[in-house]
Amino acid sequence: MLQVVLACVPGTAALWFYFGYGVLINLVWLCVLAVGLEALVLILRQRPVLVYLRDYSAVVTAVLLAVALPPTAPWWLGLCGIFFAIVIAKHLYGGLGYNPFNPAMVGYAALLLAFPVPMTRWLLPAGVTQALPDIGTSFALFLDHDIHTGIDAYTGATPLDKFRQHHALLVSEFWKGTAVMGQWSGVGWEWVNAGFLGGGLYLLHKKIISWHIPLSFLLAMTLLAALFYDGGSSQSHGSPLMHLFGGATMLGAFFIATDPVTAATTTRGKLVYGALVGSVVFVIRAFGAYPDGVAFAVLIGNLAAPLIDRCTQPRTFGHSK
Amino acid sequence: MNSMQPKTWSMAGGIQLAANKQQSLQGPIRTALLPPQLIVPVTQPDYSQPQLCVQVGERVQKGQPLVCVLSAQGLAAHAPAAGIVTAITTHAVPTASGLPELCVVIDTDAADTSWHKLPPLDYMQSDIDTVIQRVAESGISGLGGAGFPAHQKLRSSLGKVDTLILNAAECEPYLTADEALLRERAMDVLDGCLILLRITGASRCLIGIEDNKPQALAALRSHAGDPRLHIRVIPAKYPSGADRLLIHALTGTAIPASTLPIDCGVLCHNVGTVFAIARAVLHGEPLLSRITTITGAAVQQPANYEALIGTPIRELLLQSAVDTTRLSQLVCGGPMMGTALANADLPVTRTANCIIAATEPELPLPQPAQACIRCGFCAEVCPVQLLPQQLYWFARNREHARALAHNLADCIECGACAHVCPSHIPLVQYYRATKAEIAEANDKQQRAHHWKLRFDAHQQRKAVEKVAEEQRRAERAVLASQKQQSGTAATLSARDAVAAALARVQAKKAAGDKLASGSVASSNVADDNKDSRS
Repeated sequence: MLQVVLACVPGTAALWFYFGYGVLINLVWLCVLAVGLEALVLILRQRPVLVYLRDYSAVVTAVLLAVALPPTAPWWLGLCGIFFAIVIAKHLYGGLGYNPFNPAMVGYAALLLAFPVPMTRWLLPAGVTQALPDIGTSFALFLDHDIHTGIDAYTGATPLDKFRQHHALLVSEFWKGTAVMGQWSGVGWEWVNAGFLGGGLYLLHKKIISWHIPLSFLLAMTLLAALFYDGGSSQSHGSPLMHLFGGATMLGAFFIATDPVTAATTTRGKLVYGALVGSVVFVIRAFGAYPDGVAFAVLIGNLAAPLIDRCTQPRTFGHSK
Repeated sequence: MNSMQPKTWSMAGGIQLAANKQQSLQGPIRTALLPPQLIVPVTQPDYSQPQLCVQVGERVQKGQPLVCVLSAQGLAAHAPAAGIVTAITTHAVPTASGLPELCVVIDTDAADTSWHKLPPLDYMQSDIDTVIQRVAESGISGLGGAGFPAHQKLRSSLGKVDTLILNAAECEPYLTADEALLRERAMDVLDGCLILLRITGASRCLIGIEDNKPQALAALRSHAGDPRLHIRVIPAKYPSGADRLLIHALTGTAIPASTLPIDCGVLCHNVGTVFAIARAVLHGEPLLSRITTITGAAVQQPANYEALIGTPIRELLLQSAVDTTRLSQLVCGGPMMGTALANADLPVTRTANCIIAATEPELPLPQPAQACIRCGFCAEVCPVQLLPQQLYWFARNREHARALAHNLADCIECGACAHVCPSHIPLVQYYRATKAEIAEANDKQQRAHHWKLRFDAHQQRKAVEKVAEEQRRAERAVLASQKQQSGTAATLSARDAVAAALARVQAKKAAGDKLASGSVASSNVADDNKDSRS
C-alpha cells in the first residue's frame, strides 16, 4: 500500500504547486489523524495494533481524502471526514476487507452533505490568481481563524463548476471568456490529472492494480462525453478531454475506483464496474446537482459490486455455459 | 521424432515456480540400502479389513503376497524383502489425513536374496483379462497422486478409451522421481505404454512432458519408435500435471466436471505406474519399490532412490546425509500439495514420490494471515477459473450453498491461490475444511433420511399388525360364541381336536429345530433390507 502512497506523489505535487500549502497541511493532518484513529479503534477492538497499522491502509485512506479536500479546509473538516472514513465506514463494518464502501469516499460524501460551504471553497489556481495564500495564511485558514483580508480574495468556482454555467455561449466562446480554462481543461487541474494519470500508470506497471477498472472507467466517460459534446454548441456538456483531465477523473479512475475491497472482483465484473462508475461520474457532472461526482459514483458502484460479481462469475473449467 | 511441435492447448492461470529440481538430479538413481525393518501398509482402497495371508512370526520371501485379494476392488501387497513378520499393527503413514493404517512389519534378512517372481507374460498373445489380472496380482496402484488401483482403472476403461495419456509433466518443484525414471528407464516406461495400448485398445498414446526436462525428453524421443506414441511438450507451469488440466493441454478437451476422463475416452496414467505395469507384465515383478526423491537444503546429498515400499523415511534421509540441526520441516510430496510429516519414522508408501527435508529459509513457516482485500490475484492464477476470494468469504461464513454454486467442488487444491495471496491466507485449508463440512452435512442428511424411512416403515408395520390383531380377536370372539352355542355336545370331538393339535405341534418342533436360529436371523435381515428399500 505504500506504493499507492508513492504513486500519489506527482498528482499531489501538482496540487501543491497550483493550490498552495493547504494541500500539504491537509495531507499531514489527515495522516496523523488516520493513524491515531486507526490505533484507537484497534485498541478498542482488541486487535494487535502494530500488525494492522503496518498494512498502511489508513494512510492510503488519509491521502486519498486529503487530496480531495479543498486546500482551505479548516482542521475540524478533516477531522470529521477522516472520522467518518476510518471509524464508521471501515471499522464499524469489521475493518479492512469487510467494508462495503470506500472509506475515503464515504468520508468525502459525508462532508459534502454536512458542510457544503467549506467543501466547495476551492482556491483559484496559481497562474489565474496573483497570489496564493502564503504558509501563514494557509495555517490561519486551517486553524479556522478569521482572516481580515477575506478568504474570498483567493477562492473561486472550479472550472467544472464554471463550465456548467456557460449558458448560451458556445464552448469556444466560453473558453475565451474565462481565465480558469487552460489547454484542454481547467488551469492547474489538467496537470493534477496528468500527475495522477502518471501515478496510475506506475501502479499498473507495478501490477498493484489491474487495467480493467481504469480503462473501462475512462472509456465510458470518453464515450459519453463525446456523445454529449454536441460539436461544442451552447448545449454542449464539454469535450472528452475536458472531462478526462478535469476534476477528480484520474484520481478516481486509478486510485479510488480500483480499491479492490469495495470494487467488483471478477475480471468481467471489473470492466462493468469501471464503466458504471465512469458513466455515473459523467452523468452527475452533466445532469446532476454537483460539479463533480466521483465520490457518489464510486459509492453507487460499491452498492452494485456484489450484484455485478454475482452476474459475472467466470466459467469454471469443465463447466458448460 | 517430429520436428514440428504439434498443437497443445494452454492452461488458464497457473504460476511459474522455482523448479529446484537440479539438486536431486546430480547423479543416477541410487538403490536404497536394505533397512533392518520394513513397515508395509496393506490398507485397502475402500478401507475394508484386508485378508492377510501371513501371520506374525512367519518367514516371508521377497515378493511373497501379504494380502489375499478377494474382490475386484482389492489391492494386493507383497513382502518387499525376505524376512520375518514381527508385527501386524496400525502405524502412522504419510497421508494427508494423518490417520494410522494397518501395516505388516517385517524384520528383513539381508542374506536371503531369492525373489518370488511370476512368469513373464506375453501381453500380445495373452488375452486382455489375463494381463489385467497380472496387474492386479502385482499390487499396482497409482504412483502419482491419488493411489487408485491400476487394474480397477483399466478394467473400468475397457472398450471406452481412444486416447491414452502418459503423465510425465511432474510440475511441482523439487519432484524428480518421474524425470529420473525417464532419463534412465524410458524404454520400460514406453513398453508399459504399449501394454496399456494393447489392454485398452486405444488408438494413440500422448506423452505429456514439461519443457524443463530436456534429458528425459531426449530419452523418450530416442525410444518412442511406435507410431502410436506421440510426445507433447508443454510449457513448465504449475499445476500442468493435474490430470484434467493435462488432458486439456494435450487434447483440447475439458473433461466436464460431473464426468470422469474415461467418459470422454481418455485414460491417464503416471510414469511410475506405467513403469510398474511394464515390470509386472514383462518380468513378473510385483510392485515392491518406487523411485523417491530425497531433497531439500537439509540433506547434503539430494538424490533419487529406488526404495522398497515400507522403508522408513529416516533411513533414506540418513543415506542422503541429513543435517538434523538445519532441518526445520519434513514434507512428503511437493512443496505445494505435499503433507508435512510429524517425524521420519513413517514408511515410504506407493504414493511417496518425494521427501523434502527443508531448512527454515527454504520453506518458511506460514506468516500470519491478514485480511482479504479482494485483490483478485488468486482468481488470476486459478487453473480451473474459480473465484478463490469469493469462496474464501463463503467458507468463512459457512455459506455452503453459495460455495457450491461457485463450484467449490471443482477446486483441485493445487494451492496456486494461497501461493500468490499477498495477505498470506491459507486458502486451500479453508476449501478443504468446507468440502469436509459439506460432505459431513450430506452424510448426516442421508442418515436422517434413512432413519426416517425406517421409522415410517416401522409405523406402517405396526399399523398392519394392529389391524391383523384386531381381526384375529374378532375371529376368536366369533369362534368362542359359536363354541358356547354348540355346548357340551362337542366335548367328545374336542378331545380328538386336542390330540390332533398335540401331534401337529410335535411335527412342527421336529422340523423347526433344524432351522431355528438361522431362520430368526435371516428374517431380521430380510426385515432390514425391506426397510432400506422402501
